[in-house]
Order: sequence, then structure tokens, then C-alpha cells
Amino acid sequence: MIETHNLRFRYSPQTPEWTFPDVQCAAGERLLLLGASGSGKTTLLHLMSGLLKPASGQIRLANTDWSTLSGAAADRFRGRHVGIVFQRPHFVQSLTVAENLGLPLFLAGLAPDPARVRELLEALGIGDKAGARPRDLSVGEQQRAGIARALVHRPSVVFADEPTSALDDRSTEAVVSLLEHHSAQVGASLLIVTHDNRLRDRYPRHLSLSPLTSDSPLS
Amino acid sequence: MSWIRIAWRNLLAKPLSTGLSTILLAFGVGLVSLLMLTERQLDQAFRRNIEDIDLVLGAKGSPLQLILANVYHIDAPTGNIRLSDARQVMTHPYIEKAIPLAYGDNFQRYRIVGTEPSYPAHYGMQLAEGRLWEAPFEATIGAQVARESGLKVGDTFFSAHGLVDETDVHGDLAFTVVGIFEEGQCVVDQLLLCNIESIWGVHEKPETEPAESSPPADEEQAPTEAPTEAPTETSSDTPAPSPRAGAMRIGPGGVVMGTVGPQTGGKDPDGDREITAVLLKKRNPLAVLTIPNLLKETNMQVALPAIEVNRLTQNFGIGMGTLRAIAWLIIALSFASIFISVYDSLLARRYELALMRSMGASRGGIYRSLLWEGGLLSVMGAALGLIMSRLGLWVMAQLVADAFHYNLAGMELMWGEVYLACGAIFVGLIAAAIPGISAIRLDISRTLSDG
Repeated sequence: MIETHNLRFRYSPQTPEWTFPDVQCAAGERLLLLGASGSGKTTLLHLMSGLLKPASGQIRLANTDWSTLSGAAADRFRGRHVGIVFQRPHFVQSLTVAENLGLPLFLAGLAPDPARVRELLEALGIGDKAGARPRDLSVGEQQRAGIARALVHRPSVVFADEPTSALDDRSTEAVVSLLEHHSAQVGASLLIVTHDNRLRDRYPRHLSLSPLTSDSPLS
Repeated sequence: MSWIRIAWRNLLAKPLSTGLSTILLAFGVGLVSLLMLTERQLDQAFRRNIEDIDLVLGAKGSPLQLILANVYHIDAPTGNIRLSDARQVMTHPYIEKAIPLAYGDNFQRYRIVGTEPSYPAHYGMQLAEGRLWEAPFEATIGAQVARESGLKVGDTFFSAHGLVDETDVHGDLAFTVVGIFEEGQCVVDQLLLCNIESIWGVHEKPETEPAESSPPADEEQAPTEAPTEAPTETSSDTPAPSPRAGAMRIGPGGVVMGTVGPQTGGKDPDGDREITAVLLKKRNPLAVLTIPNLLKETNMQVALPAIEVNRLTQNFGIGMGTLRAIAWLIIALSFASIFISVYDSLLARRYELALMRSMGASRGGIYRSLLWEGGLLSVMGAALGLIMSRLGLWVMAQLVADAFHYNLAGMELMWGEVYLACGAIFVGLIAAAIPGISAIRLDISRTLSDG
């Protein structure tokens, strides 16, 4: 689960302060965060995943207040509880696809789980790519491998940052379905951050971000 | 998965840069290590052979050549000296031990040296089999000679004239091997020893039988009178200070040709017998000052092995110093190479590093993986360098052995090399640690947004 309260942030004293609407998403639930470019979608995502620190306000993730964590402890906590699907999935190019999927487990200090890695790759239809280099995968395959990597360590919250912006309608449908299905399977909250209006209709719950506004009501 | 594995895979992912860094470091380490090994080898070889030899008496000429020829047997001798003249020095009271050497022939390019049993005894040589020579034309041979030539006890061989040429064989007089020394790690390993009469015999034989039949020099009858009279005695014994160029011939390699002429067998028991040199051990430190004075008017000189060897190693030292400077320069270059390699890797992988941070990697973990990259590179470089220096030494040993019959062995690791390797690894770690700082400062959020 993830919830934020009165979140404010500014990159530097010279830049204007962002004010974000409160976010609430329980375990197993999903939430769409809609906003145009520059509305602070990615900033909010980074705040919630602990990559940025807010100027004020509270973020609770898996019943823990981010502000109580710092340094290596915060890194470890993020490793255990957060999974992120990036817009363009980057990988550690010197490692194979399977090794890239093993990375979140290693980095979070969890035991290696080759069976889980294989099972996820199979479930996402790229089981035959386990030994391949990430750069040898097609864009669609990379996107699926990125989803697998975000889920392999059974995180509490999965953040997806514009997961569909580069995809056509059919692929969008498939990717979102996979995300929903596998997040539900591990009981994670799923937050999709996007400006893609195709997703709006799928989601009964969505939160609209507008630049530098302080109050956007839940719709 | 582990940080070392990630580092290793990253190194493998950029083989050219990794290879360059490794090879540069290997060359630097290899060169320094090779210099260390060579210096140790030379030092050992030189020191061992001049142990307890304070002075070398021989014909006038380059003192260094005198030492190289008569102590190390790697240069042609300066010439010959008359045994009767040499006796004046050998019996001097300041001299404790005198070992005469006479040579001019070789067997398969190994020198046949006429001497006394005190020569092998001086180096503490032990017999592996057989016995020491007794009669003329008996030889006791060094371990390396036996190994290389295949000569065994009881075998006979013919000497060849000169020190390097094997064509002009004295085919009429055969030496018999009566003994083989154990390996002594000194010059005797490369020599065939016999008595001095054998050397004279080889060269007299074709000329006159009578010369051979006259009894060989009786050492005990040599003048052993008052030492202070030595200089005057020299002049009285040899009224004309050896301008008998016509009476003897000295071969190309300073070869004792024996004497031709009827003078032999006169009042002097040594006659015109010649030897090549005498190794001397002093009894009194003043010998170093006194003996040269005795020789002013003669064709002889004494040289001090310790001084000549120091002079030689100092000359080597200049070359070694230059090589060492080059080696350190290469190590500095390899530092730059590792630095650039890690820095480059950082730039290219900024996003990957931020990605790993977002997946829970701590700053320390990222830093460790970069240190591993530098560490692995430098360990490989150092290990390769130590292997290369041994290969280099082995090749050099082959070359030197062919030229001089000199044996450079001893590949065991030196403490200096352990320090060198540790230093190289330290260099690698530092070269990775400095650019690694920017990985610690990496702004994860911004890097991920830019990606």
C-alpha cells in the first residue's frame, strides 16, 4: 500500500514549488495518475519510491514512513518493497536477461530464485530469451522483461512510468493486462503514471495532476 | 549474482579497454620484475664466483677483462704470464692462497682449465662421481658440461684449440674423464678441470718430445724464500724481462702455446712455462697495496674482483635505471588507462548505475563494484606481468647460456615482487576509486528521468 499526504517538492530554491494531490492505493488496488508532460508525474513517482525527498508532507509505503529511512537502509527498503517499470526499459547490458531479472533479488538482499525468474519469463512469453542479451530483444520483449523485473521480488508497490507511450493499441492492451495480472498475483498496489488517455477508460479510479496546483480532487 | 561478478561481466563487456589496461599494467609490472630478477641473478652469480678471491694476477691489460676471463670465464684472457714470475707473487707472505690457472683450449666451447685441486676446493665443489684428476690428461668436469656434452666417467675427449672454436682439434692427445662434480652454482659447473701439465702437454707435444719428457714443474721446489726479496728476485731470475716473443706464441684466445727452444730445463725449474692467471686470497690487507708495486716492472698486473664487479654492475646500473624509469612510466600509463576505463564505464553506464540504485543498490554497493573492476584489472595485470617477467628471464637465460654457457635460473618469487604486485593492485584500486566518487554523487532521479 502507498499513501501520501500534503506532498510538496521543489528542485531548487529558484524553481516553483510543486504541490501534489494526496494519493491512496491499498494492497492489490490499482490507480491511474494522469497528467500532461511537465505536470510532475515522474517527480511524484520518484518521491513515492524514495528517490527524491519531499520538501514537506508524508509518504507511507508498506506502513513505513519514508522520512524515517535514510542511506543504505532506505536503499534496502526500496529494493524490497518497490518495483518500477520504466518508460524505456534499460538493462545492465553486460548481463543476460535472466541475470537482469536476478538483479532485484540480489540488490534487495534476497536469496536468488531462478525458478521464479524462469516462471515469470515464461508467463510473459519470453522464456526463450533468458540467456539473451537485453539489446537483442525487440522493444515489446524488452517492455515485458521490464515488467518481469519490476515484479520478480514480489514488491509491495509497483510503479509504472508511461509504460505504454511507445506502444500501439494492441500492445498497450497486452502490457497493461500483464501488469495488472501479475501485480494482483503478488498482492501489490499498482500505480500507473501516464498521459495516455487510452488508459483512462480502463480505470475507474484515476487522479489527474495539473502543473503547480495544490488540490486535484480524486475523481 | 555478486558485485565481483557484475564487475567481471562489465570488464568482459568491453574487452578492448580491459585488454589495454591489463596489458599496460602487465608490461610495467613485468619490466620491473624482470629487472629485479636479473639483478638478483647477476648479483648472485657475480658474488658467488668472487667469494674469497681478493686478487687476480694475470697479464697486463684491462683489469675488468682479467676478472671476467679468469674468474667468470666469459671473456678472453689478457695474455699469459710466466710461471716463474708468478711464483714471486704466489709465495709472497701476504698471500694466503694462490690458485694457478692455465687454459687456452675448449671442448664443445666449454673451457679446459689446468689448475690445482685447490681450485674446486675453493668453491666447495663436491664430486658427484669418480675422482679428481691426478695424472696429465685426466679431467674432472663440471656438472653443466657433463649434462650438455653427455660425457661420462671413463669417456675420452679431444680438446679444440682456442676458447670458442671447435674446428682445430688436437686430435692426437685424448683427455680421459675421471670424475664429475656436483652442481655447485658457480663457474666450475661450466669447466673441465685438469692439471696444468696437461695444458702444457697439449701444446708441446707436436713440437718436441724432450720438452714433454722433462719433469713437470715441481711446485715444492719453487722459491719460497724471504718475501721481501721477491722484487729483486724477479729481476735476477729473469735478466731480460721476457722479451722472448720469438720463443713463444700466444694464440688468438690468449692460448698457451708452450715454449719452443732449448732454454727449457735451465736453472729455473719452471723454465719458460706459462700460465694464464693466478687467483689469490690475501693473508694481510696490505697485499692490495704491496703486490701492485711488485709488478710495476713486469708484464703482470693484479686486479681486484670486488672493485671490477662493482664497476661493471654500476655500468649495468645506468641501463637498469633507464629501464626502471621506463617501467614506472608504463605503470603510470596503466594507471591512466584503468582510470579512463573505469571513468568511461561510469559515463556509459550512468543509467545502469541509477537503475541499480532504484532497485535497492546502496552507494557502497555501487562503489564496491567499481573498485572490483579496478581490482580485477590490476590483479590480472600484475599476475600476467610476473608470468611475463619469468618468460623473459627464461628467454634471456637461453640466449646468455648459448653465448657464455652462463646459467640463469631461479624463478622463485621475490619479496620485492610481492610488494610490486601489491603496489600495482593498489594503483588499480586508486585508479577506480577516484572516478568512483562521481558514482556516489550520482543523482538517481535526474539520471532516470533523462534516460
